[in-house]
Amino acid sequence: MRWWQIRKRDADVERELQSDLELEEEEQREHGVPPEEARHAALRSFGNPTLISEQTRAVWSWNGLESLLRDLRISVRTLFRSPGFSIIAVLVMALCIGATTSLFTVVRAVLLSPLPFRDPDRLVMIYEHFRDPSMNAQQFNYNPVAPADYYDWRTQTHGFEDVAAWRFWQFALTGERGDLPELVSARGGTWNLFPLLGVNAVIGRTFTESEDRPDGSAVMLTWNLFARRFGGNPSIVGSQIHLDGKPYTVVGVLPKWFTYPDAKVQVWVPYASGLPPEILRHHDYHFSRVVARLRPDVSLANALSKVEAVQYGLHLQNRNAPVAEDVAPRTLSDDLAQNVKKPLTVLLCAVGCMLLIGCLNVANLLVARSAARQREIAIRSALGARKMTLIREQLVESLLVSLAGGITGALLSLAATEWLVSTWTNLPTARSIRADGTVLAFACVLVFATALLAGLLPAISSTGRGTIAALQASSRSAAGSQSRTALRKALLTVEIATTVVLLIAAGLLLKSFWRLRTTDVGCATDNVLTMDYSLPAKKYDSPEKMNAFNEMLLEHVRVMLGVRAAALGSMVPGAGAGEDDIFTIPEHPPIAPGTALPDALYRTADPGYFSALQIPLLKGRFFTSADRAGSPKTVIINRLLAQQYFPGENPVGKHLHVVPYGNADYEIVGVVADTLYQVGQPAKATMYFPVLNGDNGMGLTLAVRGATDPLSFSIPIQKKIAELDPELPVSDVLTIQQIVERSLGNASLSASLVLGFAVLSLLLASVGLYGVLSYLTAQRTGEIGVRMALGAQREDVLRLMLSDGLRPALYGLTIGLVASIWAVRVIQSMLYGTRPLDPAIFASVAASMLVVAALACLVPAWRASRIDPMQALRTE
Amino acid sequence: MAKHTRQRANVLQGTLDMLILRTLLYGPAHGHEIGKHIQRTTNDFLQMQHGSLYPALHRLERRGWVTSKWEMAPDRNREFKYYRLTEKGRKQLVVEESQWKQMAEAVGRIMWPAGEES
Repeated sequence: MRWWQIRKRDADVERELQSDLELEEEEQREHGVPPEEARHAALRSFGNPTLISEQTRAVWSWNGLESLLRDLRISVRTLFRSPGFSIIAVLVMALCIGATTSLFTVVRAVLLSPLPFRDPDRLVMIYEHFRDPSMNAQQFNYNPVAPADYYDWRTQTHGFEDVAAWRFWQFALTGERGDLPELVSARGGTWNLFPLLGVNAVIGRTFTESEDRPDGSAVMLTWNLFARRFGGNPSIVGSQIHLDGKPYTVVGVLPKWFTYPDAKVQVWVPYASGLPPEILRHHDYHFSRVVARLRPDVSLANALSKVEAVQYGLHLQNRNAPVAEDVAPRTLSDDLAQNVKKPLTVLLCAVGCMLLIGCLNVANLLVARSAARQREIAIRSALGARKMTLIREQLVESLLVSLAGGITGALLSLAATEWLVSTWTNLPTARSIRADGTVLAFACVLVFATALLAGLLPAISSTGRGTIAALQASSRSAAGSQSRTALRKALLTVEIATTVVLLIAAGLLLKSFWRLRTTDVGCATDNVLTMDYSLPAKKYDSPEKMNAFNEMLLEHVRVMLGVRAAALGSMVPGAGAGEDDIFTIPEHPPIAPGTALPDALYRTADPGYFSALQIPLLKGRFFTSADRAGSPKTVIINRLLAQQYFPGENPVGKHLHVVPYGNADYEIVGVVADTLYQVGQPAKATMYFPVLNGDNGMGLTLAVRGATDPLSFSIPIQKKIAELDPELPVSDVLTIQQIVERSLGNASLSASLVLGFAVLSLLLASVGLYGVLSYLTAQRTGEIGVRMALGAQREDVLRLMLSDGLRPALYGLTIGLVASIWAVRVIQSMLYGTRPLDPAIFASVAASMLVVAALACLVPAWRASRIDPMQALRTE
Repeated sequence: MAKHTRQRANVLQGTLDMLILRTLLYGPAHGHEIGKHIQRTTNDFLQMQHGSLYPALHRLERRGWVTSKWEMAPDRNREFKYYRLTEKGRKQLVVEESQWKQMAEAVGRIMWPAGEES
């Protein structure tokens, strides 16, 4: 039977009963009953036709649906009758469900769903691991792998199906037909990487083994570059493009979904392509990431132990070089999510707390309403309404609220997810982050769970008591609904406790972010603009050519209007660790074999670098324009290096022997103050070499300090560079502040999101507090009237009501503070320069909670104290 | 509630379906007839509650043991809803009958053990 048959069926039942009843009546008349009494006699023997027809219809079991429709009708009407309540409740639900769904979308894509590769569970990243405790002090070190180590792992062990590697790179892509030059992010991948991942080219093919050599010149395009720069024209495969001025043959195009390791990569070249052959034989140039695929019949521990044995052997053969003792595995999925796992988990917890608070608040509002409808419910249950019917009615109401909130929230979450993905810069993008069936199902489950939670509590409490008690209680409100008030207060206590935990977490994260933000990186950060460029080795094949370009550029920039100073070097402070190298000190006794050699960050600097960036000189001198290729080799060290390796002696005049750069001795000519290579990390020993030596393989950063807003120089300087070399692309035009902020981007994002959730929770909790107390005041109007008639002062009433409202706030605060002591451990590792049990944060959260609670209570309490006793008693 | 003064009983739970099916074995009948028949046959001992009769009829129809049709009554000049036994209903009657027999025998063995007949 279908729903449209319900009416027909009903009519049929009516007709049947009617005809049989008439028959009974006729029979009664035939038995001699007077006609006027026959009808009543028939009804007597027949029973109540309405009841019978209802019972008969129930057989067809459409009763359930019918009453559901009726409940729905009633609920919609009730919700429309109090639009204020409905709108608030729906908004609260929309915010909570929307935020939770968004975060779930991200968490699912980033942490839960499998990578889009063949058998992703068997893929592991393998890193080198140093035992040196100082390297593991901050966190377990996962060190990139040296090329020779990788080759040895691949050829000498058999626990893995295959082992592949990739390295970071970037190229200047120059156009054929006068297109703008462009700096493209690149990766060098071994020829077996794509087969290992199970990825095929959509056009053309992947690399072959013979292309994976230092002189190889094959290139694969990612879909992004293919569609953007080459208009998606498949004929590009087989033709040549120019990278750093050298021709490369396009062999294939990668699929659109392939965004490993991140979506910014534009081209792939073979791993060995373009590398000097001797680098491939080094065991201490750590720049590769290694991906391995486990054989199905070998356990990870087993396969790894073989690699470990090879690595330890390599370590013993190279005692003085930084070759790690051990290897460390990490699943590919964890490897991609490493930086975001913790913040995501914390955010998910925070949003979960907010959802709980939202539910409790809607539950609270519903309790208040059901209290107002107490009498109606009592009368209905006295008239025979079943308890289940009444509970169902309330559930339908909260379901409607959650449903409306859920739909709004789902729409909200679509926008929020998009915003989150675009703002959160280091979310791994190997999997696309978007809403799909699973997310939708999650949202639905969320809607029903919140409806159940928000509806069941008040529903059970309002129908729990005996009918008689409810009817009696509602006749005199002073004594009534004690249990309901207790329930509301309990809900509030939980709400406030959760809010306190959220506020404390947010406070700690914010303080830690503020600490990071205000860290002194050790150089000028105001009005400093930086931009990166990289001189291609093909065109600039000698130090003289490079120096000519660099000095010409500096000369032009320094005389620009508004420019105070300009600096040129490999990196500016705050921009990351970059390269580091080992060194020895010829004046010191040789280091015992078997101990690791000291190492320091590698930087280059021009003569004006330190003064332009306002890094103070502590000893000796800065570089001069005489410190260049062909002249005596010089180096400047930072304070930390002097302190660590020249304790109690004057380093100026001593030498550093640096292996990779010419295997030569460099004379220390100066000591400068420390700078931070990254905010949030301790300073490291650093050596600065003259940029005029001509070792500019890692690229250059031009920093310009101006009198005013430095971004106004950006176009003139770029024009000047284009004038000097039209094929040279410039990238990362940023102020030092922006560089620092970019490295903190996620700290600020997670701190402000958690703060947002916490403030919303605080708002919800105070609305809840206000609601409860207003309700209590209304309930106790009569009692207060009596008290005042008997001589209670307005102040007494105010105090009474305030203490009544503040009690749950105090309980909640205490529970919240205790819970926080446990909860802050979760975020401990996300904090910088902030203790987890920071007394200032705890105190200020407690204080602000109390102030907000007092404010929320004050209005209803004040209103209670203004009650006119005569008026109050009369209404009673 | 007033107490019944006359010796009467309500139809035993679960036997109403069987009684209706058995009644319909004589031929199609409408609800009123069925109720009257059961009441009359038992000399008014079994009281037919209409509140159970009609739901029972509809239940049987839903299970496919009877079918219904509006038909002219032969003696009255009006249509009544006539119920008719289906083949499935006939089989069901056999099943219910044998179950009832077993039940009655089992109850009888306890109430009146062999050799103690009264």
